[in-house]
Order: sequence, then structure tokens, then C-alpha cells
Amino acid sequence: MSWIDVGHIDEVPLRGARLIKTHIGCIAIFRTAEAEVFAATNNCPHKDGPLSEGIVHGQSVTCPLHNWVFDLNTGEAQGADDGRITTYPVRLEGSRILLDDKAATRRSAA
Amino acid sequence: MKQRLVVIGAGMASGRVLEHLTDAAPDAFDITLFNAEPRGNYNRIMLSPVLSGEKTYEEIVTHDDAWYAERRITCRFGEKVARIDREMKVVDGANGHVPYDKLLIATGSNPFVIPLPGHDLDGVIAYRDLEDTRQMMGMGPGNKVVVIGGGLLGLEAAAGMAAHGVDVTVVHIMGNLMERQLDEAAGYLLKKSLEDKGIKICLQANSKEIIGQGGKVRALLLDDGTELPCDLLVMAVGIRPNTALAQEAGLATGRGIHVDDQMLTSDPDVFAVGECVEHDGEIFGLVAPLYDQAKVVAMALLGEEAVFERKTLSTKLKVTGCDLFSAGDFAEGPEREDIVFRDPSRGVYKRLVIEEDRLVGAVMYGDTADGSWFFGLIKDGTSIEEMRETLIFGPAYQGGDTADPLSAVAALPLEAEICGCNGVCKGNIVEAINAGAGDLGAVRASTKASASCGTCTGLVEQVLQVTLGDDFQMPTAQPVCGCTDLTHEDVRRLIKGQELKSQAAVWQELGWNTPNGCHVCRPAINYYLLADWPLEYQDDPQSRFVNERKHANIQKDGTFSVVPRMWGGITTPEELRAIADAADKYDVPTVKVTGGQRIDLLGVKGEDLPAIWSDLNKAGLVSGHAYSKGLRTVKTCVGTDHCRFGTQDSTGLGIKLEKILWGSWAPHKLKLAVSGCPRNCAEATCKDIGVVCVDSGFQISIGGAAGMDVKETELLCQVPTEDEAIEVVMAVTQAYREGGKYLDRLYKWMGKVGMGWIRGHVVDDLENRAALVERFELSQSIYRKDPWAEHVRDKAQTYAPIADFTLEAAE
Repeated sequence: MSWIDVGHIDEVPLRGARLIKTHIGCIAIFRTAEAEVFAATNNCPHKDGPLSEGIVHGQSVTCPLHNWVFDLNTGEAQGADDGRITTYPVRLEGSRILLDDKAATRRSAA
Repeated sequence: MKQRLVVIGAGMASGRVLEHLTDAAPDAFDITLFNAEPRGNYNRIMLSPVLSGEKTYEEIVTHDDAWYAERRITCRFGEKVARIDREMKVVDGANGHVPYDKLLIATGSNPFVIPLPGHDLDGVIAYRDLEDTRQMMGMGPGNKVVVIGGGLLGLEAAAGMAAHGVDVTVVHIMGNLMERQLDEAAGYLLKKSLEDKGIKICLQANSKEIIGQGGKVRALLLDDGTELPCDLLVMAVGIRPNTALAQEAGLATGRGIHVDDQMLTSDPDVFAVGECVEHDGEIFGLVAPLYDQAKVVAMALLGEEAVFERKTLSTKLKVTGCDLFSAGDFAEGPEREDIVFRDPSRGVYKRLVIEEDRLVGAVMYGDTADGSWFFGLIKDGTSIEEMRETLIFGPAYQGGDTADPLSAVAALPLEAEICGCNGVCKGNIVEAINAGAGDLGAVRASTKASASCGTCTGLVEQVLQVTLGDDFQMPTAQPVCGCTDLTHEDVRRLIKGQELKSQAAVWQELGWNTPNGCHVCRPAINYYLLADWPLEYQDDPQSRFVNERKHANIQKDGTFSVVPRMWGGITTPEELRAIADAADKYDVPTVKVTGGQRIDLLGVKGEDLPAIWSDLNKAGLVSGHAYSKGLRTVKTCVGTDHCRFGTQDSTGLGIKLEKILWGSWAPHKLKLAVSGCPRNCAEATCKDIGVVCVDSGFQISIGGAAGMDVKETELLCQVPTEDEAIEVVMAVTQAYREGGKYLDRLYKWMGKVGMGWIRGHVVDDLENRAALVERFELSQSIYRKDPWAEHVRDKAQTYAPIADFTLEAAE
């Protein structure tokens, strides 16, 4: 797996998110703790709500439109809701956020 | 013939190598040991107990002269190595060269010094060796010391000096102490115990300059202008591997000296060990992996097979009275879960991180007795499937207790105030109960607790249950959310009563069962904290719903609406032109007039927000807070200016009120209106607060709504002057801000406390009214400002993507 540097950890607020634009749509980088990040698609499968604008708690995010909650480890919707978001490999090296190169530069949703 | 081994650096890692080597094969090598410090190996990690006076230097010496003599090691202490000649296989010391067959580099690390102006002043030191420790031990009562760095070393230095009566301030750039090892809850408890030791702690503090006087340090200046006077300044912000010698000798280095799994450098006759090495991209600061490396080096030198593997690490802080433990890994991974246990009465916090039935991380504060047991589970990868339910209670657990939801109330001291209205403490209630008051009504009758506004009812009931046990049947109340068993009212009262001033404090002291809340409780707690502690608590944007975080209303397609403020509904041709220009420039698809007498630009792209705000700001327009749980608009009619029926200047009063109230946060949205006569064209009687002007003054009524519920306001009072009308409106707003449950409109709060209570506190009790106004003004000194201008200035870049891969040239 090859990794691509997408930014410094401090550019993402603690318990917040920032967006990465790619050819296949926006990927959200979530920061759940001082040194813990997740990456997932920005779009809620319910009504396309922007997940990067949601409240981040524990290792989950709540969609700002209708409060669907997603576990960022698995991408699965929690509770009574049924749905899943795509998650992407992401890791920290020191203070740099590294995203799976394939996720960042893929040109079509294959 | 014996092989010649030269060792550069007499630290803990190389010391351990020499122990293993001379134990296993006493005669294998002729050993020469260089050390730049004029002494042999001592236990550097025990410098903190030396500093605090719990140990002496002699007690922490690992290898004394006799030890070296016995093992026939030639010591060249206090002698710096000038260079390594790898071709000739010779080490050049200041007092002559020594040839080697095998070389071990153990040059350790250098403390990182922030290149602040003034960092080279006298009295600016690191915390690394005995010299530094001795300088700190020279401080005593009457001295002031600033420590930069709230990590392990910085805190140990601070605590050590504080033990000698030194006035110590720790300056830390992050929002949480030891953020690498601890989460916020544990960080909060640590901060609390250090503060109890008299140490001042400044978090999120950026150092700007070290100020000197006559070449000596005098103070540290922070970038917010705070000046911290000091006689000594200790920098403990991290270490850097000391690679200079290795680099000059042409060995491969990165952040540290590159070594393989046998601790061999790029030269097959040169080993390196300790804090100076880089292994597989990692560098090392804790002692456990260094000892593992030392074992590997000794075996490799003797031609045995050995491989260095990185293991899970644990951390303990060596500060008496701060019982803290952290181990393992908190980074992301699939299927990871938390188990959290808090016991507020004992100041205990434990968090376990579990992945696929294995424990992978643990943080503990206050009670770390089970730390090594948990650490063992982490290291061994033991399956915890069978004991998952009871795991957090540790190895001794044998069925029985579970976390007690009442423990927060049980932990309150007897003098803790429960009922703020009537000044009733927990002790008064317990006394009343012991004297026979067996239910809420009886407690109310004998102590007046919860007999006024009623928001402390839940707490009084809990005191009843804690005191009476099963003899008291607790009515079921709705908790805030799944993270706690406490109700909103309980949480509000405890935030005030226990002076909880941060979210981490609330989570810990009130026993939250999640690491950091959820989307339901976080916005509520954030509001309660900023309403109760406007100066001390800093608003947390990440605990706000998107609209309040971005100061715009999110629409169903993810775009936003932008509503500039029009004071009292009055605008000008210039403002209208600026709005029209902005609508054109940013392709705003819909422009709508709102019910609150202003203009809504709908469909603005999120990344355009700072730019459109900046344009509107230039025309003098500010945020209309159309998105906030707080003051929205003050609707007005034209009043005496133009209307033939007008009795007072309703527009003028509306503008005044809006200028006073704007920016304030409330439990829910707050809408006002001022009508110039009883014909009520501004529809003031269906607002949260409505003013209807009459000939003889101003009728103020409250508790209206025109949403899901339609409510007509009830008259609060009539006052003769405009000034008094403004005062009453401010006071009732503040009373609602202080007492209301998050997401209750004003009428719901009014339904709970009753019009009589409000009238008594806001209208009749003039002293209380003035106090409410004063507290409102205090809060407004922070919040009465334009968030748009602030975001344009400080946060514009956060509205754009962090990276954009669509901009790369097409293949």
C-alpha cells in the first residue's frame, strides 16, 4: 500500500473533520483524539448529508441532517438505522496525516 | 587475542550492555568507556526523586568506580570524543586515540530547545542531567520558576520544585497535559492534583519571548501578552537523538542513527543503542525498549542471535500523589471499543480500549493498582471475551458491585449547595431527612430545598435516596442521554455547585460512561458551561451543531444560508446594494425576505462563506445569528416616527435591545418584538419576549411562541421608562439563560419555574434584577461580537478542503 501526505494533524480540529477533494467525491478526515484519525466518505447514505460537518464523539460521527450515527472503524450505521459509509485506510506518521494513495487519486469509482 | 570494544557514552542503555556483556563473558573484550559527563552511569530516570528530595544522587548511581574496576573497564570520563575514524578503526578522544575492533555508539539525546528570543539567557535550562537537576534544587521558597512543557519530564520537574516550596508555573502548548499518554479525562484529573500541590498550569499557551535583565532570565512572555516572572526557566519539550558523531563518521542517519534488528549501524563493526538510534522509523525515549536493545547488542557482540522487537509500552508519572498509568495503543483500528469507569468520589478514572476481544490500551488515574495486570493482558494478547463485562473492575472482581449512578451526589460534601434559590446545602437536607422528612414534599416543607424554581428537584431526590436507601422510591426522570443517568437539571446544578469549568471536568466528576459524550449531550454541556462560566470556559466549536459552528444554516443539499443582521428590521440602500452584489457575485440561487424582518441568501457554498461574509462586513453588515440557540431578531413596527397611532419609539427601543442582546447564547432560540401600540403590528405577543408600548410606558410579556406550539405571551410587568424596560428584558433573558434546560424555549422554562417565581426574581427583587443584568453584561463582554468577522480573520482556511486531488493535471 502506498501513502500520500494530505496534511498536518493540527489542521484538523480535535473532535472535528476536514475535507479532501478527490475525483470520486469528497473524503472526510475525522480527528477523534489528539493522535487518532479516520477517513471515510463525506456523504451520508441516508440523504447525502455532509458527515464532515457532524459532531464527532468517541470513534463515531453524527450526520448533521438527521442524526444518523456511524462507527468510523467499520463505517456501519449505529442503532436502528441501516446503512454503511465507505472507510479508507489512513494513518499518522508523526504529525503528518497519510491517506491510502488509491483512495486519494482514484479517478473513477471502480 | 582479546577483541577491543570502545563504548561512547555511559548512559543507561550502554550501562546495561556492559552488564550483560561482562556477566556473560567477562574476558571477551578489552573495554574502553568514554563519557562526556565527568561521571559514570547513573539512573537518569530517577533524577525526579532526587529533585524532589526523596532520593540522593548517591542512591541513584548504578555503576560506581569499584564496579568499573572490578570489570576491568577503562573509564575515560569527562572526556569528549572528537571523531570516529572508521577506516583506521580508531576513536579520537580529547586525551588521545583508542583503536577498536567493535564500536558501540550510545550518545543518547539532546534536549530540544525552542529557539525563542532569549533562549540563550542565563537561567534558561533543560531537564536532562545532574547539572540541570542541581540548578533546580537551588531554587526554594521565594523563587519563581516557569517550566515550558506539560509532558512527563516537565511535570516531574515542576512537582519536584514545588515540593521545595518554589512557585512553579507550567506552560503547555496543548489543551491537555501529557496528551500523548493521557486522554482528556485523565489529563483533567492530573491537572487538578498538580494544582492542589500549588502548581499553576497554563494550557493552550504559546510562548513568545524570554525576557532577560542583565543577561539573566527575568520572565516568559506568552503571545496573549501574559508575562510570567521567573528566576529560572526550564524547557522540557522533548528530545532529539544525538547523531552528530555518527553523522560525521559517515554512518547512515535519519532522525536517529539507523540500526537494524541486531542494533547494527550501516557499518558492520559499529553498533548503536539507546536514545540516539532510529529503528524502523521510530526513536525511543522510555527506558524499557532501551533495555531490550541493550540485551540484543550484548548478544550480537558475542556472536549470538538476537532480534530487537518493539513492544507495547507503559508510562507512570513519578510524582507523589499523582497516581497515573497509561499503556498500549489508542490509535485507530477496526472494531475498537471503549470501556469507561469513573468514580467521582474517589477521583478515579479508568478507560480500556478493546479490539476483537483483546485489550489493546489502558489509561488509569487515581487507582492504578490493576495497571500491571492490564498491561500483562495487553502484552500477552489474552482473550478477554469471558471477562468482558467485569474486566474494568480488575483481577480481584468476583461478582457484585456495578458503577453507582448516585455516586456523584453521594460524593458531594455536606456543605455543597443543592438549592441555589434558598441557599440549602446537602447537609441541611440530610439533617432534615434524618429528622424524619421521608419524601420530597417533606424536605421542601422543612428546608425549602427545591421549593422555588424547582430545577434542583432531581438532586434533592437523589440525596433522599442516598440517605434513605431502599426506603425511598425514586421517581423516574429522563436523563440527558445515554452517556449519563443525570437529568439536565441535575447537570446544571452540579456544574454550578461543584464549579465544573470544563467538559472533561463534567465527564469525570459526574461519571459519564463514554469517553467524550455524544451529539446529544455535548452541545448541552457546552452551553451550560459557557452560560455559567463565561470568562473561564472557552466555547468549543466541535461541540456545536454545524449551524452554530459555521455561523450559517445548513440546507438539505449541504449548502448554507446567509442572513445578515438588520437592527430592528431597519436597513439602508447601501446595505441592500451590498446584499444584492453579494447575491450576484456568489451565484445565490434564492433571495428571500424572512419573518424576522431581514433578507436570507439561500444556497451559498460552504467554502464561499468567509468570502461572502467579508464582502458583507465591508458594508457594515454582521451576522444575524439566524442559526443560533440565542438571540435571533428584535422585530419592530415603525412606532412614533411615522405611525399616527404610535405611542413610543418602538423602532428605537427594538434597535437598542438588539444591540444589547445580540451574540448571546440561550437554551434555545430567543425572538423578541417591540410594538408601538396595542394594535401590535410587530406581533410581540407571540415572541419569547414581547414589548407592547402604551401611553403610560411599556408592557413586557414573555413565553410566547409561534412554532410547533403556538403560545400567547403572559404579562410579566409594566414599567414606566425605556431604561427600565431594557433592564427587565436583560434580567429575564439572563434568568432563562441560567435556569433553562437546553432546547427548552422560554415558555417551557416558564412552565417549570412559574410566572410567580420569575416575577419575584426579575421584577420585584431589584437587587436580584441588578445582579442578573450584571451577569448578563459580563457574559456579553465575551460574546457580543460578530462571529463572521472573527472567522474571516482567523478561520477562513478551515472552510476549504485540506487537500484537493482534483486539481492535478489529467493523465
